[in-house]
Amino acid sequence: MSVLRPAAVLLALAFLLLAAPLLAAGARADTIHVGVTVSATGPAASLGLPEQKTVTLLPTEIAGQKLEYTVLDDGGDSTRGVANMRKLIDDGQADVVIGSSVTPVSMALIDVAAEKKVPLLTMAAAARLVAPMDAQRHWVFKLPQNDSLMADAILDHMANHGVKTVAFIGFNDAYGDGWLRETERAAAAKGVQLGSVERYARTDTSVTGQVLKVIAGKPDAVLIAGSGTPAALPQKALKERGYKGPVYQTHGAANNDFLRVGGHDVEGTILPVGPIVVAAQLPDSNPIKQVALTYVHRYEAANGAGSVSSFGAHAWDAGLLLQAAIPAALAVGKPGTAAFRAALRDSLEGLHNVTLCHGITSMTPDDHNGFDQRARVMITIQNGVWKLLP
Amino acid sequence: MDPTITLILLQDGIVNGAIYALLALSLVLVFAVTRVVFIPQGEFVAYGALTYAALDAGQMPGSVWLLCALGAAACGASLWTQRRMLPPRALARLLAGTLGIPLAALLLTRELAPLRPGVLVQALLALLIVTPMAPYLYRVAFRPLAQASVLVLLIAAVGVHLAMGGMGLVLFGPEGSRAAGFSDGSLDLGSLTVPGQSLWIVGLTLALMLGLYGFFEFTLYGKALRATAVNRLGARLVGIGTAQSGEIAFSLAGLIGALSGILIVPLTTVYYDTGFIIGLKGFTAAIIGGMASYPGAALAALAVGVLESFSSFWASAFKEVIVFTAIIPVLLWRSLRGGVVEDEE
Repeated sequence: MSVLRPAAVLLALAFLLLAAPLLAAGARADTIHVGVTVSATGPAASLGLPEQKTVTLLPTEIAGQKLEYTVLDDGGDSTRGVANMRKLIDDGQADVVIGSSVTPVSMALIDVAAEKKVPLLTMAAAARLVAPMDAQRHWVFKLPQNDSLMADAILDHMANHGVKTVAFIGFNDAYGDGWLRETERAAAAKGVQLGSVERYARTDTSVTGQVLKVIAGKPDAVLIAGSGTPAALPQKALKERGYKGPVYQTHGAANNDFLRVGGHDVEGTILPVGPIVVAAQLPDSNPIKQVALTYVHRYEAANGAGSVSSFGAHAWDAGLLLQAAIPAALAVGKPGTAAFRAALRDSLEGLHNVTLCHGITSMTPDDHNGFDQRARVMITIQNGVWKLLP
Repeated sequence: MDPTITLILLQDGIVNGAIYALLALSLVLVFAVTRVVFIPQGEFVAYGALTYAALDAGQMPGSVWLLCALGAAACGASLWTQRRMLPPRALARLLAGTLGIPLAALLLTRELAPLRPGVLVQALLALLIVTPMAPYLYRVAFRPLAQASVLVLLIAAVGVHLAMGGMGLVLFGPEGSRAAGFSDGSLDLGSLTVPGQSLWIVGLTLALMLGLYGFFEFTLYGKALRATAVNRLGARLVGIGTAQSGEIAFSLAGLIGALSGILIVPLTTVYYDTGFIIGLKGFTAAIIGGMASYPGAALAALAVGVLESFSSFWASAFKEVIVFTAIIPVLLWRSLRGGVVEDEE
């Protein structure tokens, strides 16, 4: 008997743990359940962690309806992401799902969103998440700016500053692939010649070979397509090998750890970012300034000064979109019903001129991102801080 | 591709190869003595690097707390396995080894970390924090399985690797760090500039290899390790404690891993999961060397480093493919030549 007892207790506990969400869900039929799956661990943790922390700051009541958030971690793994989303919808009765942090996982979630007919707000960047628009992507909305918007901004800046040839060093993954495609397109449009194209991995400890080849080609400028601190590695190597020309980075590099790791070697880097990164430097006439500063203050009050990143702002923007879209959807159906979810999707698609931290969005049936050139600014690094370029 | 570029690539390859060589040596050592394929080797690189970087930034590295927890776990595990025969002297030694060292490391770090005492002290302190984790892990995870098959030990090693990877994320955060090097100077050799840190890496690697050679040839402990590697049963019959041999092998592996991390963190940004891929390349070298030959593994590691460096110049998109594909012809050649591979003792 004494051997059996712990087993019995464990079984009872397991049963309670499994059953609790179901029982609880039944008791709260008219709250809006928001499911969140982020990559809070794994290679994309520097994106997923601030997103996860931001979710705790999202509104808990919209138009008199309580909102409840359930956050799961997918570790940047597509299989876990899909399992999370099914769990959030089947067990947690999610009416809308926010996630995931990276493109590969979000791509896998598209099918689930379409199958379950639940709107998905993704915080991953690739344009192909919402384009070309089809029956699957009908349910997907994307918060970060399209790469094409950012690539146009970079090539514009190059063309205006007399750059004739550009070399490319990018991640050896989907991020680098996407940027290479966009750079080729934008460079052709602006008449800038794309020189040597080199690739490296996030975990590489040396990029000497790539950098030597780039320098041998004598380009006017170098574009580095990486995200977070690994984007600093080629730039430091370029500096070490005596490259003097301008270096461009993508918005993926725009976090404070990039500055910490890059140090003096990244001074003068030019990159496009969402306005949130330099919110305090925006002119007062820019409506984004107020919205972005509100988020910065809320986040830093909870997590300490200087902790804010542009990635977490995507989660905040998801909250802003919900705040704008939910009232209209409530008029159509009760939370938890298929009618409410469909109405919420329609309402999201009809949003017009909503000001977010990252820009001003106007969704259309064909454009589920909705950002225009107001969603990016060009910045540089001066004395170790981001500086808005005029 | 002019001669200067060739020289720079060669230099880069040799420096990376030296690190791979260190890791390959410790993988061969641990495998020979304990039959464990030590996959967490890479984590020791990352832990060593990030602990050193935290100390360099004047912060308290989170790994100290992990060291204390692992020490306590190892103490508990050993008390349990030896509960029937534990003379007071052995008990004192056990307590000093598993609780005293972490406590000393904790107190020292507390005192020294805010002072930023200079690279040498920081490096030694980082070694003191990270190295003992390896024997503690051996006591907790591997010693109870010492008689199990290579496959079971491999799976336990994978488990330890995953656990340490996750702990690394908790302790050091998702972002990477860099730290000050041992030397800022550089040496000009014609058109080639050799950074001081690269000289440190190659020099320490050579010194460590010589030291290991001396250890295995001329000391009793080293000979006991070799005996255990050659024949475990025979070693036990002549009174060599194979568990103790395992502990020494793991300590050496932890030391080499942490030292490699400390050596590379001034050259590149190290993340909590960077170590794995570095460890894998050391592993590639160890396999090319047959998992048994130290000079073979070291030479193979140099070859891997140089191959990596040149393929990153010629075909950067396929660099890893080229490096890891290099195993296949070697395995083919070995299996065609060697016939049946002996698996268990």
